Amino acid sequence: MTLKVLDLGVSRGGVPVLEGVNFAVDPGEAIVLTGPNGVGKTTLLRTLAGLQPAYGGKIVVPDPEAMTYAAHADGIKAVLSVAENLMFWAKIHGTDGIDGALEAFNLRDLADRPAGSLSAGQKRRLGLARLSVTGRPIWLLDEPTVSLDKASVTLFGDVMRAHLAQGGSAVIASHIDMGLEVRVIDLTPYRARAKVSRDYDEAFL
Amino acid sequence: MIAILTRDIRLAVRAGGGFGLGLAFFLIVVVLVPFAVGPEVRLLSTIAPGILWIGALLACLLSLDRIFALDREDGSLDLLATSPVPLEGVVAMKALAHWITTGLPLVVAAPVLGVLMSLPVEGFRWLVISLAVGTPALSTIGAFGAALTVGIKRGGLLLSLLVLPLYVPTLIFGAEVARAGATGLDVETPLVLLGAVTCVTVALLPFASAAVLRMNLR
Repeated sequence: MTLKVLDLGVSRGGVPVLEGVNFAVDPGEAIVLTGPNGVGKTTLLRTLAGLQPAYGGKIVVPDPEAMTYAAHADGIKAVLSVAENLMFWAKIHGTDGIDGALEAFNLRDLADRPAGSLSAGQKRRLGLARLSVTGRPIWLLDEPTVSLDKASVTLFGDVMRAHLAQGGSAVIASHIDMGLEVRVIDLTPYRARAKVSRDYDEAFL
Repeated sequence: MIAILTRDIRLAVRAGGGFGLGLAFFLIVVVLVPFAVGPEVRLLSTIAPGILWIGALLACLLSLDRIFALDREDGSLDLLATSPVPLEGVVAMKALAHWITTGLPLVVAAPVLGVLMSLPVEGFRWLVISLAVGTPALSTIGAFGAALTVGIKRGGLLLSLLVLPLYVPTLIFGAEVARAGATGLDVETPLVLLGAVTCVTVALLPFASAAVLRMNLR
């Protein structure tokens, strides 16, 4: 399942932030988006996920349901247990079994704890475990390694490798090296230029 | 979709979920009325249907802003919007969960409070029926209001201002059913109209709410 981005422009709050973005992600491939804060990494990912309309260009993907998005917020309910949280997302996506995800992210011992009592890093692991239970091939990840310790980053790297080996793909906004073979795209050159109005009349002012 | 329903009910029932809050509020409002207007039975029984309906309306309003705001804060709403479940279905299930945790307890508790308000015995049945038919509309309209105000910090007050005027048709016909029932008049016309309001809101508003949510998520 190949995700193609053709001459894409994205805007935030009505202001264009990126334009002319072109790339393609083939199965088994991961792309890392870099760029300074505010360049539009999150906006680009949200546009790819279909949460906001593109301001120009096209996103070509055989099946829009193939993508799953992981944001800064993990979507965890504090009063539900770890297993209940994962089970909910598994049911929503019509997949069965959360055991693999619990195992992969080392959450088995925490399965019956209320998610509200987890540490920031453990919550993040639970948030990432959700990706595995969705069963979708294209992962859109926004800073997935925030608040993870070194061991957990390695754990996540292993999960990513397994995902890519199964023909999955990923677009990741991150500054941290996860020990993966990735293509890095710097978004800085795609910054939207300030528009110069054609019929701007200096004399009028 | 059933998963959303069970999750929302579970969240409401667990600690801090606010289950029973609306019911307790309903109870207190209705108990306070006899203190305020005096114990005269004839007066109380005249105003009983209206007071019970107003109480139900306000109790329903109390937990509305939780429908989407909490999911928005923790990021679940983004994830639900990108999930295979259509957003219209998410809205409908959340409104249903709100009705089960708020509207249904009100329907069950209403006869008890009818006693406090000296509601005539013939009126009990029609009070329960009017609430059972009318409260689903309150939850659905409320979900629409919650979708409109989801991005706004402390949008609860704005939500009340937006939603209460939309409750007017339900209130008019609902209270009319209860009043006509209590005085032994014909209830058919207001009951049919009350049912019609509920049917239209339940059929149409989930689509409007989903459209509004999509805009608010941008």
